[in-house]
Amino acid sequence: MSTKGEEPPVTTDRPESAAVGVDEWVARSVDRREYAPGWRGDAQRLWGRVGWWPRLAVAALIGAAVPLLTVNDFQLQVGINALLLALLALGLNISVGWAGLLDLGYVAFYGFGAYSFALLSSNQIGGGVHLSAALSLPIVAVAAACLGLLVGLPSRRLIGDYLAIITLFFGEAFVEFTNNVAPSTLGGPNGIVAIDPIKVLGQQITTNKGYFYLLLILLVATVAALHLLDTSRTGRAWRAVRDDPLAAGLMTIPVNRVKLMAFSFGAVVAALAGTVFAAQQISVFPTDFDTPFLILIYAALILGGAGSIGGAVLGGLLLSVMLDGFLRSPTQSGYLFYGVILLTLIVKLRPWRRLAAVLVGTVAFGFAVHAIAKAISANAVAGGPQSGGWIANAVHDWVVVPANATRAGNIGFVLLLCLVIALVQVKGRWRTILLVPTLYLAACVWEGRLVAVPAITRQLLIGAILIVMMNARPQGLLGSKRVEVV
Amino acid sequence: MHFFVQELVNGLTQGSLYALIALGYSMVYGVLKLLNFAHGDLYMVGAFIGYFVIQWFGGSTALSVPVPLVLLVMFLLAGGGVGALGVAIERFAYRPLRDAPRIAPLITALGVSFLLENTMLLLFGASYRDYNTSAFIPFSTGIHVGPLDIDLARIMVIALSVILMISLTLIVSRTALGKQMRAVASDREAAEMLGINVDYTIAATFFLGSALAGIAGVMSGLVFNEIYNLMGFLAGLKAFTAAVVGGIGSIPGAMLGGMVIGLAESFVTGYISSTYTNLIVFGILIVMMLVRPQGLLGRVPLEKV
Repeated sequence: MSTKGEEPPVTTDRPESAAVGVDEWVARSVDRREYAPGWRGDAQRLWGRVGWWPRLAVAALIGAAVPLLTVNDFQLQVGINALLLALLALGLNISVGWAGLLDLGYVAFYGFGAYSFALLSSNQIGGGVHLSAALSLPIVAVAAACLGLLVGLPSRRLIGDYLAIITLFFGEAFVEFTNNVAPSTLGGPNGIVAIDPIKVLGQQITTNKGYFYLLLILLVATVAALHLLDTSRTGRAWRAVRDDPLAAGLMTIPVNRVKLMAFSFGAVVAALAGTVFAAQQISVFPTDFDTPFLILIYAALILGGAGSIGGAVLGGLLLSVMLDGFLRSPTQSGYLFYGVILLTLIVKLRPWRRLAAVLVGTVAFGFAVHAIAKAISANAVAGGPQSGGWIANAVHDWVVVPANATRAGNIGFVLLLCLVIALVQVKGRWRTILLVPTLYLAACVWEGRLVAVPAITRQLLIGAILIVMMNARPQGLLGSKRVEVV
Repeated sequence: MHFFVQELVNGLTQGSLYALIALGYSMVYGVLKLLNFAHGDLYMVGAFIGYFVIQWFGGSTALSVPVPLVLLVMFLLAGGGVGALGVAIERFAYRPLRDAPRIAPLITALGVSFLLENTMLLLFGASYRDYNTSAFIPFSTGIHVGPLDIDLARIMVIALSVILMISLTLIVSRTALGKQMRAVASDREAAEMLGINVDYTIAATFFLGSALAGIAGVMSGLVFNEIYNLMGFLAGLKAFTAAVVGGIGSIPGAMLGGMVIGLAESFVTGYISSTYTNLIVFGILIVMMLVRPQGLLGRVPLEKV
């Protein structure tokens, strides 16, 4: 019974999914050793040789140059939001990405930081406490760390879903608490207003530019600290606990203490972000810290890649700039919409002949449908695209937008969801064929309805990002593939 | 005394809604070990379907067909439609992740919930819609003794939930499908080896659970009248609390837990203050989780190594 000669031929291709039983470190070093051929490989090697802090310095310099290029306050505000989201995603990454603890109450730490800073620097308590930032920031940080420990305590006994739900309740309880308890101090739904600005080195920061730089410094410091933490004993312990708590315990890792530390560190980062948020907005409201914002932070982390520092920052920046910067104006959101779709197609559709076929097919299909619709009834194409700029002119005779765009757009949206579901189910050639009407319908719904309601589109997009990323690329843009040890 | 009975009935009504939603949560958790955060939103979709059935038949004040028929159509359409939606969600969002790390389907469920809420927002706006039940089920038809008011809608809701719970218990304990569901819940791989169609069983579980949520949505519209696109989130959270209090994965536990939460909420609102209702309910959950995580009727799961 010799099996010789029947062995499968040794393939040199790397398997699509990471091999079972290969741990993360091995998978990473395999990744590290494989370079692309030619000059791209050389560039990769060169990039790999650069240490982490020069890279961080370059990124920080690029960030510092941003305010010099922006023209108005709105763009700076977008930048501030983006930095805040990146900071929050970094903090969330500690518990979710590294320690594998699903913390759905994370946004409450952010709110806690904002509210405690607000209380310490406004007229809310007694005759008004106005601590200087040098004093109040450490107090908030320590208090947040303690709160993180407290909320993390259930993680000693509960795992996975139970922990998720109990932290979710903590988050909900925070919103309920700030809404209902002690309205004279916490302000109820009216929140706390007239918060002092942060004072650094005797200088009050009052401009958006100042807060941008403050956040940038905070972000860079956090990234540096977290990098050191990631490569330390603690960082390795977190990942060990995430991958297998039992085995980690057997390796004498103090599992409970490590979990609590993850909660605490995350809480401190979130609370610091909260203080800057409160000082910059000059006011805090309970609704700032509700579930939709939590889901936004999750979407940022998932998009960038849980478990990776670069991923968390990139996800936060990308998502925030996408949603706040581009989605507001109809012209720019058009760039975003068509750009993202085109990019995804270019990356996902191989070989290029298929890509070309789909693109040409979609364009031709659109003109055909438009012509038919126009021939049947002029009313069916009376709406015209609602986005602006040259894109609107380009697609004017291509998309079908009826006179009653709202109603048709709603029906089209439901139809689009059905088509996307169908698209996931079918395979091979049919998928390519189905892609054409789906893309076209997406464009029609976009031009007819979604462009007009950016606030809802934003939320829909966040939900879709979570679902699609988890199904298609759970490791995110920059994350490394998680390997299940069986 | 009257006040007590009134609050008791309110609590039982609210409790049966929570129990119905909790049943779906619990069943899905049983077969997939997945917290379906979107479950509460299915309840909301059910409420909207019921509302549109009323509109379809001419609006609450001018129904073109007899009221029992309208109710029947509402319940059937909401149950069937939401059940189908649940199956679609399972097929599209959760099935590809069945063998992924535990955290992946949870995050997907968050995404599905968010997508559902905002799809409804896009389609129907953020405004509250009113069932206006008293227009077709007159308020005077209920039991009215002194200051005690129990309208017919409440009685109907409680009765229907009891019927649904009994039939569900029978389905799970007596039919072949129920046996398959229990087998999949206890060990999916072994069930597959024994020739059970796991995909079908899970889809059926999603259908049953989601249909219950849809029916609960219609009921909530009938009793509380107001529906809106975010109503599912808090209701889902509380129903989940109910499932956990009763012992997640256990069907009688979900019913018991639903009643406990409903009664607690009603009595807290009645005797203490409605401001703290949610905080107290969340408090119950947190204490329960810490003291007895397996719930009132649940069993401690054996940890497989």
